[in-house]
Amino acid sequence: MRNPTLYDLQHPGAAGSQPADDAAAHHHPFLQHHFEDLGQQHEASTLGMWFFVAQEILFFGGIFCAYTIYRVMYPAAWSAGAHHQNWKIGLFNTIVLIGSSLTMALAVWGAQAAKRKFTTLMLVLTLLLGSAFVGVKGYEYREHIHEGLFPGSNFTYVHHEDPSLTHGIELFMVFYFTMTGLHALHMIIGAGLLIWFIKRAWRGDFGEEYYSPVEIMGLYWHFVDIVWIFLFPLLYLIH
Amino acid sequence: MTTTTIDDAPFIEPSATAPRNYLNDEYGVMSWLLTRDHKRIAILYIFSVTIFFFVGGIFAFLMRLELLTPEGDLFTSDTYNKLFTLHGIVMIFFFLIPAIPAVLGNFILPIMLGAKDLAFPKINLLSWYIYMIGGTFGVYVIIAGGVDTGWTFYTPFSTQYSNTHVFAVTLGAFITGFSSILTGLNFLVTIHRMRAPGLTWFRLPLFVWSIYATSVVIMLATPVLAITLVLLMVERVLHVGIFDPALGGDPVLYQHMFWFYSHPAVYIMILPGMAVISECVAAFTRKKIFGYKFVAFSSLAIAFLGFLVWAHHLFVAGISIYSAMIFSFLSMIVAVPSAIKVFNWTATMYRASVSWQTPMLYVLGFIGLFTIGGVTGLFLAALGIDVHVHDSYFVVAHFHYIMVGGTIMAYLAGIHYWWPKITGRMYPEWWARLSALLVFVGFNLTFFPQFLVGYVGMPRRYHAYAPEFQVLNVLSTAGATILAAGYVLPMIYLFWSLKFGRKAGANPWGAVGLEWTTPSPPPKENFHETPVVTWDAYDYPAFLKAMRETQNA
Repeated sequence: MRNPTLYDLQHPGAAGSQPADDAAAHHHPFLQHHFEDLGQQHEASTLGMWFFVAQEILFFGGIFCAYTIYRVMYPAAWSAGAHHQNWKIGLFNTIVLIGSSLTMALAVWGAQAAKRKFTTLMLVLTLLLGSAFVGVKGYEYREHIHEGLFPGSNFTYVHHEDPSLTHGIELFMVFYFTMTGLHALHMIIGAGLLIWFIKRAWRGDFGEEYYSPVEIMGLYWHFVDIVWIFLFPLLYLIH
Repeated sequence: MTTTTIDDAPFIEPSATAPRNYLNDEYGVMSWLLTRDHKRIAILYIFSVTIFFFVGGIFAFLMRLELLTPEGDLFTSDTYNKLFTLHGIVMIFFFLIPAIPAVLGNFILPIMLGAKDLAFPKINLLSWYIYMIGGTFGVYVIIAGGVDTGWTFYTPFSTQYSNTHVFAVTLGAFITGFSSILTGLNFLVTIHRMRAPGLTWFRLPLFVWSIYATSVVIMLATPVLAITLVLLMVERVLHVGIFDPALGGDPVLYQHMFWFYSHPAVYIMILPGMAVISECVAAFTRKKIFGYKFVAFSSLAIAFLGFLVWAHHLFVAGISIYSAMIFSFLSMIVAVPSAIKVFNWTATMYRASVSWQTPMLYVLGFIGLFTIGGVTGLFLAALGIDVHVHDSYFVVAHFHYIMVGGTIMAYLAGIHYWWPKITGRMYPEWWARLSALLVFVGFNLTFFPQFLVGYVGMPRRYHAYAPEFQVLNVLSTAGATILAAGYVLPMIYLFWSLKFGRKAGANPWGAVGLEWTTPSPPPKENFHETPVVTWDAYDYPAFLKAMRETQNA
């Protein structure tokens, strides 16, 4: 039928390399009707997630571009704004998030190896670490709002050493809240997907032939982590 | 019992004797609203984009009525501002961008590839719902009192000063953007992973190449608009100075970010038009498209170069003269791949036995009007002339030649060309030719005078103008009336043809392509058996040979 793909080479027997009249290969419960075989389905969903990540890069790329321009326009104020952040909390959250990437990667491995309990456990750990990240972020937000750093009419913060920087710091905080807010929104969507996948993993949906949902979930999760890897130095460390 | 064949019977109740197809496979409202069949989703899109097209058209017509007289006597200037804004927003975000990809692409692309459906049928349905949610915001804004920023939402007017419904309409545009992103993503994966056996990249119909290029642009440009609109909404809600110079922001940055999407969006609108034109030219000249690979790669070249020209909208916004010179040069370069397409289509027609059915009439209209629109685009890419005609009716005429003369002509060509495949019925040829004529005459009468009146200095976006411009404006309004008749006519006869049109066979045009090998309308899974492609695109002898072998087998 179609040309062999990387998936077929790794999974001899799972894909259309079998004779077309072998009904078993065509009636996997999760094979959707419009695909020839699981290999094609796997390749399609993985490629789809890669394209989705490509558009996400452009989405965050736009705001990174605007961030860079204002950083160049207001260097002193943005340095003061970054200085004001608590880098220790940021570092803690970075470690939490990298940890969640590890458990996510292990979950993908577990799903491929058909280890039902292990996969479920790793997905639960990923969810817990991700939730911890969002919780800590919420704590940081509360502190910022408490200090009058939320931009707009509630912005009451005054920079004591050089009050002329206050306006630039407000602009910094606009970008801080927008960038971390969009990132947190991606985390929350990811957490919602994880809850669904934990249920599916516990039910035993995934195995050697069918694990692509966990794999593309992993792609998404690692992408969201990488965004944070850029946000952390840009918003906390560069002075 | 008599043995009448289907062709002999004038009209047969579909449920009783007609073969199962995607239309009579299931019945009921829910079978449409929850369908995952790409063909049914295309039908949902036909209805939605048609409604928005006529809404946007009504705004245009009201503007043309106001411009009959030099005095601003029919609408106040505020109302007029809302009219041109809503016309632009509805036509661009809710009609032109989804029209050809979401309607014709959705219906035809998987069949052209020999696939049973798009790669992600649920996401395909989701993208229609997202489109409708975005559209609901648009309709809400129209009912609630409109918006007056122009479709470009330039800051700081949109964020600090306009007291119309800017937030709701930008949210609507933001949401609708995700509908196009998901459609583009779906197309890309389908083209990569779902091609029938034997259908190599260089056997693909040129429609697929062009839709591929469109999808790349949709996927890489639209998210930038999304983030720009997020920043705009943040600025409007919090009253902070991201783009407002009074609060320390940079309004030119907004224009850069907006046009980084919105110039490629022009190619999102025209590339699918070119996709349709290539198919129709091949079908009605009965020839292989001249220089297939050049036409295929010119689509990718347009998609790539389209990302490098956005700042030509900012020549008078205070960007540096050196960057303006580079963007001017790059904008002229885009003309090369566009011209390659035009020359290759005309070269295909040379010494061919062209048949003049309605789609081919629209194709001829497209080629002429797109060329005029493209050449005047070169005028505007030249720095000196752009300063002279910036924000004048010359610009309005230029982009309407591309979007209306190009995209809508191509959309109508495609709707007529694939109508027998979509519905199983032929449209009435005489009426369709009449409407093609009306559209062509009406279009030119509407927009050609705008080149003249713009060149001598009439600015766009005003409801009153100097009395010496009246003659050309009256001509333009008269043309708009003819154009409107040309657009309403297909609505009537296409509906009529659903019941009374002559039944179409599988291949009424005798054209080459997988979509013409399956019955009209196609069965639910498009093909009874997965097809195997043994012919190059538009290779008539090889295609006929393959068809004969299938029938004998």
